[in-house]
Order: sequence, then structure tokens, then C-alpha cells
Amino acid sequence: MIVGKAVNRVDAEAKASGTAKYVADLVDRNALVAKVLHSTIANGTVLSFDLDEAYKVPGVVKIVTCFDVPDKQFPTPGHPWSTHKAHQDISDRKLLNTRVRFYGDDIAAVIAEDEIAATRALKLIKVEYEEYEPILTYEDAMKDGAMAIHEEKPNNVVVHSDYEMGNFDEAIKEEGLIKVEGTYETPIVSHCHIENAGSYAYMESGRIIVVSSTQIPHIIRRVISQALDCGMGKIRVIKPYIGGGFGNKQDALTEPLNAFLTSVVGGRCVKLFYTREETFVCTRTRHAMKFFIESYVRKDGTFAARKIKAYSTQGAYASHAHALVANAVNGFRMMYPVGAIKGDAYTVYTNLPTAGAMRAYGIPQIGFALEAHVDDICQKAGFDKVQFRRDNMMQVGFVDPFTTIACHSSGLDECITRGKEYVNWDQKIEEYKNQTGDIRRGVGMAVFCYKTGVYPIALETSAVRMVLNQDGSTQVQMGATEIGQGADTVFSQMAAETLGFTLDKVNLISTQDTDVTPYDTGAYASRQTYVSGMAVKKTALSLKKKICEFAGYMLNRDPSDLDIEDNNIVHVGTREKYLTTEEVAMEACYSLENSNHISAEETHHCSDNTYALGCCFAEVEVDIPMCSVKILKIINVHDSGKIINPQTARGQVHGGMSMGIGYGLYERLIIDPKTGKTNNDNLLDYKLMTVLDTPDLGYDFVEPEDPSGPYGNKALGEPPVIPVAPALRNAVYNATGVAVNAIPLHPQRLFEEFSKAGLIK
Amino acid sequence: MKKQLVTCTINGKVRENYIDPRASLSDLLRGEEHLHSIKHGCDVGECGACTVVIDGETYNSCIYMAIWAEGKNITTLEGLSTLDGTISDIQQAFIDEGAIQCGFCTPGFIMSSLPIIESDEEFTRDEIKKQVSGNFCRCTGYDTIVTAIEKTHNKRKAERAKK
Repeated sequence: MIVGKAVNRVDAEAKASGTAKYVADLVDRNALVAKVLHSTIANGTVLSFDLDEAYKVPGVVKIVTCFDVPDKQFPTPGHPWSTHKAHQDISDRKLLNTRVRFYGDDIAAVIAEDEIAATRALKLIKVEYEEYEPILTYEDAMKDGAMAIHEEKPNNVVVHSDYEMGNFDEAIKEEGLIKVEGTYETPIVSHCHIENAGSYAYMESGRIIVVSSTQIPHIIRRVISQALDCGMGKIRVIKPYIGGGFGNKQDALTEPLNAFLTSVVGGRCVKLFYTREETFVCTRTRHAMKFFIESYVRKDGTFAARKIKAYSTQGAYASHAHALVANAVNGFRMMYPVGAIKGDAYTVYTNLPTAGAMRAYGIPQIGFALEAHVDDICQKAGFDKVQFRRDNMMQVGFVDPFTTIACHSSGLDECITRGKEYVNWDQKIEEYKNQTGDIRRGVGMAVFCYKTGVYPIALETSAVRMVLNQDGSTQVQMGATEIGQGADTVFSQMAAETLGFTLDKVNLISTQDTDVTPYDTGAYASRQTYVSGMAVKKTALSLKKKICEFAGYMLNRDPSDLDIEDNNIVHVGTREKYLTTEEVAMEACYSLENSNHISAEETHHCSDNTYALGCCFAEVEVDIPMCSVKILKIINVHDSGKIINPQTARGQVHGGMSMGIGYGLYERLIIDPKTGKTNNDNLLDYKLMTVLDTPDLGYDFVEPEDPSGPYGNKALGEPPVIPVAPALRNAVYNATGVAVNAIPLHPQRLFEEFSKAGLIK
Repeated sequence: MKKQLVTCTINGKVRENYIDPRASLSDLLRGEEHLHSIKHGCDVGECGACTVVIDGETYNSCIYMAIWAEGKNITTLEGLSTLDGTISDIQQAFIDEGAIQCGFCTPGFIMSSLPIIESDEEFTRDEIKKQVSGNFCRCTGYDTIVTAIEKTHNKRKAERAKK
């Protein structure tokens, strides 16, 4: 069994030796340099430009402004396109925008011979604006008479949706219910992949080639074709190794404009690499959300009814728009099934940087709110925090009535048991009762559930091609992308497993090229090991069948008697070895009687989904006068089904926990409340987790095989970030008795909360 | 602007480059020498992805002027492999410990670890963390990176003690 083994990553040596090539390592050294002029106001309209001084800079080739680009709006999010008009993504931005909607909007671009010329020219462009008052909160955006940020949405509400299951109003009439209300808020944060956004583009025989740091090459091709109004066949997108994405690169960022810019300079190669500051402000962020939750619980510790109202602050452009908060309010329903439940969600335009996809897509937001709220319920009603969750959480057989997603497997109960043991929960709960003094300790926990892929909300499809080489090895071509998470490695393991090959006989082509690699929507929604994994399995079975058929022809045997094991053709029952796969491959290629270039290509159209589950347990020490939180112990325990590779799985958990700690304690984008300018658009002022901020990270896996997963596996890439922030908040609550309902728990917020509670006088 | 000659030793070889005096060392190493292990994550010395060793000390090459490199001895990640392409123990440790994910911060982290693994001093895990705290990683949560450095440091110390 190669599936389940902690083999080293297939790309590790290239990355350790420095030979792995990223976008900036591939660009022609004579490429022209493009720089974008970003608006210095948050809300307004560009009236005119004065380009005279800018054009005098030696080396400037061309300046393109918002008055020069096609008058066509296009969508940017990395969703599979819907052929149904009602479900299509919102087209609300142009390549460069005359109507300025946030501080940093793209209004012009300079193309120059080198970076210095481009940068100097940018500074010399004079812009005349008509300026309006920035609208920086969803509350202001929704006020009567508020100015429309997009004329298509006069009240600034991008989308409003609601649902009701059961009869909420009837359910809350039940006698003896305890009502608990809470308001919870999460901040805008940034992905902070170490490689910034960037691409380069050139033309060849009338086609545009874009090489980009993206998670979604096939989707980028479609978006460019929409932005430039040309056929998809005219566009070729290539994705080499990329330096992280975390959802930011699940969106068209520099690519559409870059494709346009090469077209205005006769197809010369133009590179468009964003700086760190631009990556912070002008790509995408995680949505800030605010939740109003109302729960009715029975005295026996079960839910009778719940309702939620959610507001998602979108920023200037729709991007993934309402999909995030819709996912959040759906998640609110799934974790603790209940007979009567209501949800109401708004996504609202503001003059802020555009929010989009980020690791776990709305669930870290609702995860914080719901798990904080559950602790609030337990505190108010006197329930045991762990038992209450166990009594109410999703069980195998649960089917969400709205999405119809079923819980096929669950190891959550065992996850909780192991998490409790790790932090010595029962003893600590006793020990930390009735503390006084400046330094106090506490324990907290949170659980989560997370869907695997996007079915049935959107299309799930993946294709794989495998070509047999003459030495009995295979080239595997996939549209699914490696973005650092280890996809290439687990796909290689899956292919080897199903083919009966050793791992060294599987060559997975890491680079996606839309001219070559078959269609897959890309890296997001923790979908690839599940959905693309199904396509790997299907294709491997098809290739194996063809190899066995040719071996059958060579051996004059029935192919159904044959199997492949460790690169040998063997008898399916006795395991007797007949031929090597190399002998079969050589004969198949060069046979004078029956030459047959063996390859397989299959599409898997996935129509299933399953829940990954898990928990975080944490122990903290709170210094009340210093308003600081120190993590003493922390563990994530995951049920992601069968773990394909324990080494890469640990990497996903560690990285997600680190991101979750940052989300809970440190990170937020700080926006100037008057101008809308982002004040901490760099890695010094944005409090990104350093190695010194990171405690020892505990992790564990419970591995029930999921019957729907291709190898018993479920989502893992995103989930580790989800339960950490609420576990930390709940631990601080346990330590101090102060329930902080907004993250991050930075010193200023803790000072305010501790002062209100009388802990600081 | 008139280019200037900079002569320095890069990965054991004396190199002469005419470069723009406004250029950074990372511009020289990437642009002229094609040493692509030097990564740009911020261009202002925050992220550590461009770390190189100059005369035994680690520097962010993006904020080190190329002209300052005159007469200096510079090592990049490419210089850690032997001439036949065999990678070094610290690179292998990053692979074996699962300390690499997207790989973009990896070269900088490995270069920042050199003064630790080449030292005879004791380093606790916390001291290792402090030494490499100028390097950011968003993928790994750092745990396996620290382990790779710790193990290589211990291994090299043991090897030196045998000699």
C-alpha cells in the first residue's frame, strides 16, 4: 500500500535545491515591465489624466488608462462557470475602472522598458477625480439614501438570501426553553502567501499566452476570454510552481489586465508582478462578517431552535460575493442539526479592498461565531461544554435538508476524546475554577464540520490523462494544481496504488498548461484529493485495463486473469509473475504487428460530498494587566477519513493551525476610517505569525474510511484553520470569565473587554 | 545610469558583473547570475525569502546594494549542492522532515539556518526559532522547519566531535 504512507513530497528536492521554477524565474529577461496606477481615493470617478510628464520618462513604452480599455464588465471568481444565467458570477469590474470603488482601485497602467522607468512614470501621472464620501461599513452602505457603489445594486446589497427549515416561530413556544443571544464579529485578514500575485503574458500566432501564479489555470483562461471578449481557444494559461495561494489565487488577479497589455504592444512579453503592498490591498481579503445568533435550548441540553442573521462586508467588487456568507449560514445549520432553524444573510458592497476566497471559505467566520456562542449557551445554562457538543453534533446518517449533503462517516467523538486527553481537560476544568490574580489559565475547545468540494452547489468535474512510457512508467497530466499543499504527491501515490506501479514509475507533470492538461477547476474547497482523486482512480483503472489487455495479447491469455503488482503483470489469483510492465510497454510501442500507444483519459463528474470533522483543544495563560494571551498547549484532531500521506497531512494541519492562531490572536487589516486607505499593507505592520509566535503544535488523526472518498479520504486542506480561533477565545473565557465576541484578541480589544468586566481598573 | 563593475565571489567562483549602482544584490544574483533560489516576497527586508550568506553572515539580499558586494564572498542555496548536484544534509533534512510545502520560503530558511548548523554552540529549539525569526512561512506553521534545523545541527556537531 503506497496510499497511507508518509513518503516524501515528489517536488521536495526541486524546491530544496532551488531548481523549482516559479513564475518570476521563467520570464524572459527582455520582458517589458507593467505597473498599475491605483487610486488614492476610496470612492469617486476619474475625470481625466495628464500623462505628459509620465511619457517624458525615458523607457516608457505605453500608458493605458481606464478610458482606453474595452467597455466590458467581467467576473473574476474561481468558480466553475454556470451555463444557467441566474447562477452566473457577477460581472462588475473592467480591466481598469473609471468609477473608483476603493482606495487602491486599478485606474491606469504603464508599460516600460524597465521597472525604474515604469515606477517613475507612475508617480508623474496626474489624475483628476470627482470624489465622494467613502462608505466603509456595511451599516453605512445599507442606510437609506446611501450612494450606490455599483449602479446595478442601488442599495449596495450584492445578494440577500434566507432559509427556514421547520417552523421556528412554533418551535420557540415550547415550554421551559432557555434563550441565548449573541453578536459575533470577525476581521478582514490577508492570505499572506509568500509569493506575491503576478504573471507575464505574450502573444504567439495571434494567441495570448499568460504564465501566472494561480490556483485555477483553466478558470483563468475563461475569465480572460470574457474580459477580452475573445474565444477561449485564443487564450493559453500556464501555471508553474507557485508560492502559496490560500484562496487569493482562486481569483483572476493580474491575468486579464496582463493579457490586455501584451495585446496593446504587439504581443511583446509584458510582466505584471504585484508588490507586497499591492498584494495586500489590490488582490483579495477574507470577508469580515458580523453574526447575530439566537438559540433556544431545552433544559436537557438539546437545541430546540436557532436563528442567525449574517452580514458579510464585500468591499468594492463582487468577486466570490455571496457564496462565502451563504456557506457560513449553511455551516451554522449543519454542525448541530435542529428541527427549526432560520438563516438570513446579506453581502454588502463597501469602499474597501475586495474580499474573496480564503482557506475554508466563510467557515472560519461562522466557526468562530457558532463555537463562541455554544460556550455562551453552556455558560448561561450550566451545561458541560464537551457533553453539550457531543449531544448535539452531527452524526452518521445526517442529511442536510437544503444541500442534501450526507454525513457518510464520523470520527468526531474520538477526535474529542483525544483532544481532551491531550490538554488533560477534566483536571484543568477543576483546577482553573475560581482563579484570582493577574495571571490566569484556562482551557477551551471548538469543533467543526466542513464539506469536501462544492457539489451540489456548483459543478464538480475533473479529468486526468495518463500516458504509458516505453519503460513501463507513466506520465500523469492533470488540470488539478499543486499550490504547496502536496497535491502532486498524493495524486502520485493514488496513481501508483491503483496502477500497481511503484511510486518511481509515476511522473506527475506539475505544470498545468491549458493547451495540454485536461480540464479541472483547480485547487480550492479542499476538493482535489476527493474529486480529482476520483478522476485519478478512474483513469488509472482504465490505463491498467489497457495494459492488461495488451499483456493478454502478448501472453495469449484472458486479460481478466491478469493484474499489475510492483510493475509486473501477474496472475490475478496466484500472483505468478509473467512479464514486466516495461516489456509490455516496449512491445506495445514498437510491435510490428500490433503497435498500440497506450494511454487513458477519463473525466469524473462528481455527484457526492462528505463532511470532514474535527476539533481544537487549547490551554492558555492570560496576563490580565498586559492584555496578552500565551498558548500553553494546543492540538487539532481531525477526521479527514483515510489519510493518504501522513507527512503532508501533518503539514496541512500545522499550517492551518498557525493561520488559525493568527486569526484568533493577531491578524487584521487596519483601514483608515476616514479615507479607506489600508494602513498596514506590509509584513511588518500586519501581524503575520512568525516562528516565535508559534507554540508547539499538537496534531492527531482519527481515520474512519469514508465510503464516498476514492481512497476513503475526505477534505483536509482547509479545515485545520477553522476551530483554532474559537478554541482560543473559549480558553480565554474559561480563564477570565470574559466572553470576547470579536477577534483577533489583540491587546487593545482585551484591554477594553477586561476594563468593561472590571478586571482592569 | 552608468553601470559599475562589481567583483565578488559567488558560490566559490570569482564573478565580474557590470550593474546599475541602484540595483540590489538580489537583482544581481537573480538578473545577472540567474540564481533563482533567491526569492522576492516583499523587497524591503521583511520576509527573508531572499536570504544569502555574505562573509559568514546572513543578509536579506533585497536590501543589500549590489555595489556593496565588491570583494565579498557570497553563498546562495545553489552553492550548497556539490558540483555533481548532490544536495547538502540541511536540504535533505528539509525534505525528510516535511519542512517544505509551497517551497517559496525554503531557500531563505535554509540559508538562515547555516550559521546555526555550522556552529559548535548549543541551540535550544527556542534559540533556533530566534535565529530564523526574520523568515516568514505561511504554509508549515514552522514546526518541521525548526526540527530540520535542529536535527542537522545535532548531526553536524556529532560529526565534528568524531573528527
